[in-house]
Amino acid sequence: MMAPFLELLTRDVRLALREGGAIGTALGFYLIVVAILPLGLGPDLNLLSRIAPGILWVALLLSALLSADRIFHADHEDGTLEALSLGPLPLELVAAAKAIAHWLTTALPLALMAPLLGLMLNMEISAYPPLVGTMLVGTPAISFIGSIGAGLTLGLRRGGLLLSLLVLPLFIPVLVFGVGTISAILAGPGGFWAPLAILAAFSVAAIVLAPLATAAALRLHL
Amino acid sequence: MQLIVDKLVVRRGGREVIGGLSFQLGDGEGLLLTGPNGAGKTTLIRAIAGLLRADGGIVRLNGAEEADDVGPHCHLIGHKNGVKASMTVGENLRFWARYLGDGDGDVDPALSRLGLADIEDLPAGYLSAGQKRRLGLARLLVAKRPLWLLDEPTVSLDAASTEILATVVAGHVAGGGMAIAATHIPLGIAAMRELKLGAVPT
Repeated sequence: MMAPFLELLTRDVRLALREGGAIGTALGFYLIVVAILPLGLGPDLNLLSRIAPGILWVALLLSALLSADRIFHADHEDGTLEALSLGPLPLELVAAAKAIAHWLTTALPLALMAPLLGLMLNMEISAYPPLVGTMLVGTPAISFIGSIGAGLTLGLRRGGLLLSLLVLPLFIPVLVFGVGTISAILAGPGGFWAPLAILAAFSVAAIVLAPLATAAALRLHL
Repeated sequence: MQLIVDKLVVRRGGREVIGGLSFQLGDGEGLLLTGPNGAGKTTLIRAIAGLLRADGGIVRLNGAEEADDVGPHCHLIGHKNGVKASMTVGENLRFWARYLGDGDGDVDPALSRLGLADIEDLPAGYLSAGQKRRLGLARLLVAKRPLWLLDEPTVSLDAASTEILATVVAGHVAGGGMAIAATHIPLGIAAMRELKLGAVPT
């Protein structure tokens, strides 16, 4: 069971790195969104540094969403998904492998790029570790919930827009508790465990439950 | 092992495409599905593989570990080949060999059997339609499975490749496997029975 899972995961990561389009688009989009926001808000450095974690989190959600509809699209187009579903892995684990691959190739690079963009927003130095930390804890939920939307909108033309409508509301807890943890850490020691624990719990629940929903959605489209 | 299809009913878009079909297929038997476009050949094949839910009747594989689930015991070659354009021919096939569980020991013989050995290192995106088809069919040879479901396997194959495919399928059947092929072009395998599906009146 484990060998085919790892095989599928490495194939997906290798394909994403080799084709490069999805990662490049997501990172570029992230850069541009963060770069144009100060132009709209004005050059008030205090304001920017105060709202920087929130901006970085929101922009990360949007960038990760941008590539979420591709999680199953190519495999569905070329018949790979059909053959995968007849393989030794249950469809739930196929969905999980592909969500992990999305996390590794999109969400993780975005989270690691966030501190660089924080420089552009004059973010406080003390906010960098909590920012990256909460993103590492919260982004698995984004990839796994995104995979549900990708499964549901598979085979639809212009599915990407529908995907955003379906999935963005589900990202709200990640955003609230991600930014909440950062504020709590900046406010003082101690108080951040509760929001961080809820963020982690949300991620864990998404990792466990989303593949079930995604597999059910994929079965409709096979 | 024995494939049993009993009173199978499949509806597509409210229309009964397969209405109460029954047949059995044992080890070393082949079945050729023929019939005009829209007769339900693809529907039947996908229903046997479990990709389409049957609206009635049963599809069962006697002698398999999980008899209700035909999927893990069959190869389905559908209209699409499951070939990744940015991976080389060898990488594509090696992935399927490892994923489907038998390791990649059979990859090189499979490639040469289907005439793909010379282009093993070429990215599959540069292949012609017929070569991609052959790469898709090579999956049959890298993982051993008792039941082969072939949906129009000869599409875009040239005469020589069609002949190779016919010997591969005949070899599988002669070796005790089962094969169901939907095709307009006779594969020329004497051991295969024919099942005519009629056009469904609209």
